[in-house]
Amino acid sequence: MLKVSDLTEVYTAGFLQRGSVVAVDEANFAVQEGETVSLVGESGSGKTTTAHIILRLLPPTSGKVVFEGRDIWAFKTRKELKGYWHKVHGIFQDPYAAFNPIYKADRILYQVFNLMDRGVRNRRRLVREALEAVKLRPEEVLGRYSHQLSGGQRQRMMVARCYLLKPQLIVADEPVSMVDASGRAGILKLFLELRDLYGTAVVFITHDLGLAYYMSHRILVMHKGRIVEEGAPEKILGDPQHSYTRKLIADIPLIGRKWEDI
Amino acid sequence: MNALLVAEDVKAYYSSSKGLVRAVDGVSVDIDPGDVLGVAGESGCGKSTLSNVLMMNIRPPLSFLGGKVLLDGKQDLAAMGREKVKAQVWGRVITLVPQSALNALVPTRKVGAFIKDVLRYHLKLNAREAWALAEKRFQELGLPVEALTKYPHQLSGGMRQRVVISVVTLLNPKLLIVDEPTSALDVSTQKQVLKMLLHLGAKHIVRAIVFIAHDIAILRQIATRIAIMYAGKVVEVGPMERVFQGPLHPYAYSLIHSVLTPEPEVRERGLSYIAGEPPDLVHPPEGCRFHPRCPRSLPICSREEPPLIGLGEDRFVACHLALGRH
Repeated sequence: MLKVSDLTEVYTAGFLQRGSVVAVDEANFAVQEGETVSLVGESGSGKTTTAHIILRLLPPTSGKVVFEGRDIWAFKTRKELKGYWHKVHGIFQDPYAAFNPIYKADRILYQVFNLMDRGVRNRRRLVREALEAVKLRPEEVLGRYSHQLSGGQRQRMMVARCYLLKPQLIVADEPVSMVDASGRAGILKLFLELRDLYGTAVVFITHDLGLAYYMSHRILVMHKGRIVEEGAPEKILGDPQHSYTRKLIADIPLIGRKWEDI
Repeated sequence: MNALLVAEDVKAYYSSSKGLVRAVDGVSVDIDPGDVLGVAGESGCGKSTLSNVLMMNIRPPLSFLGGKVLLDGKQDLAAMGREKVKAQVWGRVITLVPQSALNALVPTRKVGAFIKDVLRYHLKLNAREAWALAEKRFQELGLPVEALTKYPHQLSGGMRQRVVISVVTLLNPKLLIVDEPTSALDVSTQKQVLKMLLHLGAKHIVRAIVFIAHDIAILRQIATRIAIMYAGKVVEVGPMERVFQGPLHPYAYSLIHSVLTPEPEVRERGLSYIAGEPPDLVHPPEGCRFHPRCPRSLPICSREEPPLIGLGEDRFVACHLALGRH
């Protein structure tokens, strides 16, 4: 469904582009329908840049992103672009930043109708249903401002957008890193439910291999802009090949075992 | 053995336009030398407020409403008041690394110059003595001495956090309180910070640590004891290993089981989480504060507040069910 080939992004800085950083270095991967692929790596490994390129928020320096057979940077009309954002939807790390503090929080849900056909009716009912689908009580969140909601509630509202849009692919960039540890599983469950209900594919971006282990069919490990290892979660965790993956695994705090080298 | 710091039934509320927010509402904890006490709980449970209460950093809108904070079993910090505690205790006896402290370094001063300022103020050292002390401490803690000649923006987040921790412990305080020191860091840098904290204890630079975190898996790695807070109260305290293997309070159980670590036994258990939101601390629920979210709540739970009761072997729990009171 989505194919990323030889994707490279070079950030340049300074007059006459003196300084440059290779954020993504010839990344290649594909996402099948209904598949959850996790992109795991430390800060600065190029995960978020990759997400932004897939969401068509940032043009790549070179390489291609092909969705359903079409190069996403070849869209010509606004309509095509809207169609793409209807099918491929992003959820970001900081749910607070996604809300405009001046407006009530439910505006974020009504805005998705702009991406859909004009004739969508019963918007109010659809919004309530979407909120219920993400286990929020509509009366607790509707009419409120974003600062009155908890991080978990805000991120659930972002997922509620997906229930309205029913995208084919969700690009979720660290969706639970700002949510309390006790509420993370609840939000991850929503992604799994979307997958079961609508066959939604997910590109799940995280620095936490633990989360990737639960969520994914396949894990890609990114290091310094390169994808250094790829495989099923059990294989990556059980039999890591690349030295970086091994280090990453050794550094995860586990609950069943204490570190010996600390 | 004399406890290093004992908080007895401390209460500290915030005043807000909606009323008093009961952020720390009758909390008792004790910290012995050698302890790494983990304080765990969801956002808004009062963990950070507790850290401020332990060192009497009480400023409006927070006010102290009662209880004692005993240092070395004799000196009551609560009776001393903030200004006196600040002058006599902060930095020398108790020190705090607040959340996002990695941004505490002055962006326009090199790390070494910043440390010199600190030492000149506190120990009246001259520039050369201060530099020598900073260098010695950096070496002791395995930090690169070159970091002293760098500006904060030239250091990574993990390095900045470690530099801040080394600065606040320059005066060898007895108690170090760290508030979520690793939540902004990724796993590999996280581990380095944890290592350094244990180092501080092993080298007797600090005598005890209070580690505040919402991530139980991290506490599991370094804490010797754990206190679990919910809605301004401590619901369970005990030795880390014992609480981990057999939590008694339903909230402690859910919190421990909501951890997602890549381990087969955890995966088998499936995704579990605590449904609902923590209560509003302006109007906390009657009875046990956890009862509206508790999967095992009993009729008594909504009527009567369970006291924190000792069960021996340093274990305490505040739950009617666990105490068999129904």
